[in-house]
Amino acid sequence: MASSKLRPFVLAAGLAAAAAAANASPRYGIGRPATQPEIAAWDIDIDRDGRKLPAGQGSVAQGQILFASQCASCHGAKGEGGTGERLVGGQGSLASGKPIKTVGSFWPYAPTLFDYIRRAMPLNAPQSLDTDAVYAVSAYILHLNGLVPGDAVIDAASLAAVRMPNRDGFVSDPRPDVPGEVRPR
Amino acid sequence: MSKGRRDGGGLESPQRRHLLGRGAALVGGAVVSGTVAAQEAGSEPNGPPNIPDWMKVPGADVGSEPYGTPSPFEKQVVRNIPKGLPQYISASSRTPLQELDGIITPNGLFYERHHGGIPEIDPGQHRLMVHGLVETPLILTMADIRRFPSESRIHFIECSGNPGFEAMSGRTASDLVGLVSCAEWTGVPLKTVLAEAGLRPEAKWVVAEGADAAALTRSIPIDKCLDDAMLVYSQNGERLRPQQGYPLRVLLPGFEGNMNVKWLRRLNVTAEPAHSREETSKYTDSMPDGTARQFTFYMEAKSIITRPSGTQRIDRGYNEITGIAWSGHGRITQVEVSVNDGRTWTVAQLQAPVLTRALTRFRLPWTWDGTPTAILSRATDETGYVQPDFKALTQVRGMKSFYHNNAIIPWRIAESGAVSNGFVKA
Repeated sequence: MASSKLRPFVLAAGLAAAAAAANASPRYGIGRPATQPEIAAWDIDIDRDGRKLPAGQGSVAQGQILFASQCASCHGAKGEGGTGERLVGGQGSLASGKPIKTVGSFWPYAPTLFDYIRRAMPLNAPQSLDTDAVYAVSAYILHLNGLVPGDAVIDAASLAAVRMPNRDGFVSDPRPDVPGEVRPR
Repeated sequence: MSKGRRDGGGLESPQRRHLLGRGAALVGGAVVSGTVAAQEAGSEPNGPPNIPDWMKVPGADVGSEPYGTPSPFEKQVVRNIPKGLPQYISASSRTPLQELDGIITPNGLFYERHHGGIPEIDPGQHRLMVHGLVETPLILTMADIRRFPSESRIHFIECSGNPGFEAMSGRTASDLVGLVSCAEWTGVPLKTVLAEAGLRPEAKWVVAEGADAAALTRSIPIDKCLDDAMLVYSQNGERLRPQQGYPLRVLLPGFEGNMNVKWLRRLNVTAEPAHSREETSKYTDSMPDGTARQFTFYMEAKSIITRPSGTQRIDRGYNEITGIAWSGHGRITQVEVSVNDGRTWTVAQLQAPVLTRALTRFRLPWTWDGTPTAILSRATDETGYVQPDFKALTQVRGMKSFYHNNAIIPWRIAESGAVSNGFVKA
């Protein structure tokens, strides 16, 4: 099976001299400097290790209430899916003929859950949940997947500490991977 | 009305004209067959020896359409929009490839894939922030961005799931691979904008974020950013359409569509990828052993015959076979066509210009003798890579990897001349 020959996942590295080369271009004096408050307000991407997670916290119990009002109409009362994606279950299914890809079975990093809920959910009102609410909903979804206990309160440190079951399930791109008539030029 | 008529074919009733008009529209839709039942000489009211109606009165005024639109007889040439989806905010519509000629996709027919709907953005209020591992974080207006030195280039953009491996039953070329389109893009090289902010030596990735309701986020390796990546504001000469990211999008020639972030509002220069939802739980390719390939950027070489193609009908005798080929790895160097279900292959003509990471039009003259068969095309790109068949692809990747399916598409031709999808049992 070709997939057994895949190299371990290694982050693609940029060109060593890339930054220097780019900076050799002239500057045009276009635009204005961004201020730190402006950057802080828009800089919402969260790294996989959660270093950029904001201060705040939320409990599984708070998340359950929020989930019922904000999420369940699309994702189902227990995250079983509806018009929105299934969020729960599927652990152990990825190598089967019918992989079920959910937060619990497939997502490699817990901080990404905070990132995505904050930026894009709920679908009809993205960026409407405050930081504590995003932590709470994240906590509840992790709890539904058996990854945090029912009395958990989640903050930056504890969310970053959650080890997702499929953390090591991703590999780098080995293509071209299909044996065929590859012709020398 | 009848003053100038010289037809010998009886009265021209309004009803009859209506029917003929409909017939013309239907022929436009069916395309290949083209054969209208042979008419007796002089029986067509607008054919010789009669003077066509549209020559007997002046036409519409100059400026009657401030923004021109296609002829009303081309009404059927529209985006291929799926029916009955639970929601249309995060969904896709396809280019009607089988209706188009050449390599440029008209802006109104460019395929769509949105993750949080199409935002309506006032370009006067739109801002691009460039920050992270840069010397000077910047805020740029659209007017600022248009001041940078500009470039125009022709490139395709293709959705990485075009189509999923389990979605091979489409009836038309559009149903199968209509999530690819090609345009001339104008904008500023991304490296110019990054240099304006000043990259720090530890810069390895650029995280691009859209100003849509999904705030869609993808991480781009720095070598691509400093190679041929662009920030574009125009397509085919006019400003981007809202569906393509108005007023500003990323263009990454040859990379999967979703990375060409639309409605771009932010570039965060980082040492690591963001591992956003769209590059972990989505747009990763599930393999039979349960692993998933991540950062599968390139769209590999691919082709499809667009005429004759599914739902069309051909006649015995001469038929031109034509289609499109493209590769995210560079120029198309060869397209071969088989008219006998893959037993033998013939090199097709490539229409110039053959551009890197752009659609390339191919043609092969063919005389069909009426024997049922299947016709196929396969592309080769400048790296020597040859488009594989579906069996070879799925032997390696299984049926669940969804993305990056570039299999050869067979069209079956029945004795009647009807053309249908060769993946579907007759």
